[in-house]
Amino acid sequence: MNTAASNSKHSLPGPDDITRVELPNGITVLSRAASSSQTVVISGYVRAGALSDPDEKLGLADFTAAALMRGTERRSFSEIYDALESSGASLGISAGVHTTSFHGKALGEDLDLLLQLLFEALSQPVFPPQQVERLRSQILTGLAIRAQDTGEMASLAFDRIVFAGHPYGRPQDGLPETVSRITREDLVAFHRSSFGPKGMVIAVVGAVDPGQAVEKVAAVLGSWENPDQDEPPALPPVRELNGTVEEKVTLPGKSQADIILGALGPERRSADYMAASLGNNILGQFGMMGRIGQSVREKAGLAYYASSSLAAGLGPGVWYVSAGVDPANVPRAIDLIRAEIRRFVSDKVSPEELQDSQENYIGRLPLSLESNAGVASALVNLERYQLGLDYYRNYEQMVRSVTPEDILETARRYLDPDRLAVAIAGP
Amino acid sequence: MSDAITRIHLSNGLLVLLKEIHTAPIISHWIWYRVGSRNEIPGYTGISHWVEHMQFKGTPQFPAGVLDREISRQGGYWNAFTHLDWTTYFETLPVDKIDLALRLEADRMTNSLFTEEDVASERTVIISERQGNENEPLFRLSEEVQAAAFRVSPYHHEVIGDMVDLYHIQRDDLYQHYRRYYVPNNAVLAVAGDFDTPAMLERIRKLYEPIPAGEVPPSPNRPEPEQNGERRVTVEGPGDTTYIQVSYHAPAASDPDFYPYTVLDSLLTGPNNLNLFGGGISNKTSRLYEALVDRELAVSISGGLQATIDPFLHTILTIPHPQRSPDEVLAALDEEILRLHQEQPSPDDLARAVKQARALFAYGSESITNQAYWLGFSEMFASYDWFLTYLDNLAAVTPEDIQRVAQKYLRPQNRVVGIYRPVENGAVPE
Repeated sequence: MNTAASNSKHSLPGPDDITRVELPNGITVLSRAASSSQTVVISGYVRAGALSDPDEKLGLADFTAAALMRGTERRSFSEIYDALESSGASLGISAGVHTTSFHGKALGEDLDLLLQLLFEALSQPVFPPQQVERLRSQILTGLAIRAQDTGEMASLAFDRIVFAGHPYGRPQDGLPETVSRITREDLVAFHRSSFGPKGMVIAVVGAVDPGQAVEKVAAVLGSWENPDQDEPPALPPVRELNGTVEEKVTLPGKSQADIILGALGPERRSADYMAASLGNNILGQFGMMGRIGQSVREKAGLAYYASSSLAAGLGPGVWYVSAGVDPANVPRAIDLIRAEIRRFVSDKVSPEELQDSQENYIGRLPLSLESNAGVASALVNLERYQLGLDYYRNYEQMVRSVTPEDILETARRYLDPDRLAVAIAGP
Repeated sequence: MSDAITRIHLSNGLLVLLKEIHTAPIISHWIWYRVGSRNEIPGYTGISHWVEHMQFKGTPQFPAGVLDREISRQGGYWNAFTHLDWTTYFETLPVDKIDLALRLEADRMTNSLFTEEDVASERTVIISERQGNENEPLFRLSEEVQAAAFRVSPYHHEVIGDMVDLYHIQRDDLYQHYRRYYVPNNAVLAVAGDFDTPAMLERIRKLYEPIPAGEVPPSPNRPEPEQNGERRVTVEGPGDTTYIQVSYHAPAASDPDFYPYTVLDSLLTGPNNLNLFGGGISNKTSRLYEALVDRELAVSISGGLQATIDPFLHTILTIPHPQRSPDEVLAALDEEILRLHQEQPSPDDLARAVKQARALFAYGSESITNQAYWLGFSEMFASYDWFLTYLDNLAAVTPEDIQRVAQKYLRPQNRVVGIYRPVENGAVPE
């Protein structure tokens, strides 16, 4: 039932079919054709993030991003959303640590509208006072809900331990007291100093020819200038843990506890990233969540979910195991997880295990590029981490070149079962 | 999306739907069983979902671990869902690897082992899943609202089941449930993607036709009697946040009222997204967002309707503004509903709702997995024609229909109002 034509027809993105243009004002535009599509996706970021938040006003970047679509020089909040929702389109903007990201989608016929609204939100927000207060109540309610979420509270505690004294250790959506302190003037000032075309990246994928996509972006966003746009702040160094540090967050009345344990991990651009990623797949992802899933869920029946993750970005990442367990089983689950980490840094993974994960990575790549959103996200990642336009074409070779020795060496570089951050949130 | 599909019954009663899509080198394979929490009786709630878990524990041909290793090695993804009316298993794989899914699903339709040891370890996993759900205020609230809405109908209980039953159900109960419902004449096989239909059909016949038909238990027939008077439930628990869930008894998916109700819900709470993959859009210009959130009575509002065999619920969820009481929010909500009783919406409002639905359909068709999902999902409560005519049926809805449906369903006598009240330290006072 397979046809040889299928595979050549659907080749992976590469230099010959990705359009990449830098506009004079500093915006990088990426596009790739998707001829069968009726819809279009835009995705990208500007260089404004929570890294710049003052300690006493944590959540500033997050608040600003959420307020961009609450009113612009040309449209009120209801006019913005009326235009979007009447077309069945959507646009969302949210802050991360280094950048503020946007994602939008529309029927192909509504791409111009989407780009125009993006431009207005990024460059001409007016932060109407009433909307700012309304948004503040919504953010504070979100924080109150977060304070009751065992998974989120364990995650915040984990970041506090593993990034002690580093800006990554701070909650980027802030704390109730810091969000209460942020004024409308703070939003205006942060927007003026951080938002601009320099370093902005936008990918357009779907029912539009790539050349046309570039022209459309240039027509709408090409004239944006901000002479006051700051350079991004420098990232201070991180410190490794000397021993295991544990923090328990008590949430009365809860039925289940969430556990996170782990340590610092590689940056996305590190030479050992691929070895760490494949190793992580073996440790706690492959199949029903790798070795961790086998041990904690399948054999011991201790958890509904148990897996490991590698979160790697522009700066130092984290490598951690998480699980949701009956509060009475927390110590047993931690023992099992620690034993798996010990095994992982003591012995090489088997050639079969590695081969399984390599096949998994190579096989799933076309699936991840099936949708417009998948392609757009892939293009944005190429740019964010400067991976090169030939990255997906070289991917198979990069995956296959990792050896069990590479994984053991990499695992030992980051993970030590006796020096872990351990965060628990539960009753 | 193109409408050409093949729909055919095999000699053993298995319904097969095939749709060729040649936009990506991918095939998505779904098998649906007509069994869910609707088919459960007290003492055995949660058994359908537990059977779904057991289906990952292996057969003699594909022992646990081997099977998930095989799928993962091909770069595929797979999962399973149990809902009110159905249980489904899917695999999405690169085109040349799909035979694995075909062999695996045909095999585990009859050959799963259900060992005592696996049942024991899965019992604690499922109890842990339920505990995880109980951590969520919205789960606690929704469980109580659903129970209050359905006294007679088996929609009374949550899919995960009641804790007491999760301790009580035994291996033989699970195995019997499996053998009873997992037969070809109670299943729908849906495949979409980059294949050639005659070759695919031939392969399916070879794998599935040897499986004999079984005797399927009759469909449950305990319709919920009409509700005569508003019901209220309160749930107390930890936190600082109040939640309100208002649920109206709603029409079944096959009821002609379902279409005007869908448009009505779209006006009230925003477009209803029935896609499993492919995300929705915002609802900031819906009537209830404007009435509750823009007026600072609430900080969020959402709602929706589900496509089910029997009449289920139309649910509106809102979080009151910290300075507002649930009664103030409910009064404003009722004012909007009264407006729908009294005034017909404009044709523009309706046209907008239809365009939104068209966009959501287009987003859903981006994913081959989602297209395969629709092939089978629509057969669970109607037929694939339901899906094909859905947008036309929405477009045919008139302002009069909306008013009539609002008057018929959106009445206090027809609803359950649930309030989650946060209490200090999560302790429920004596």
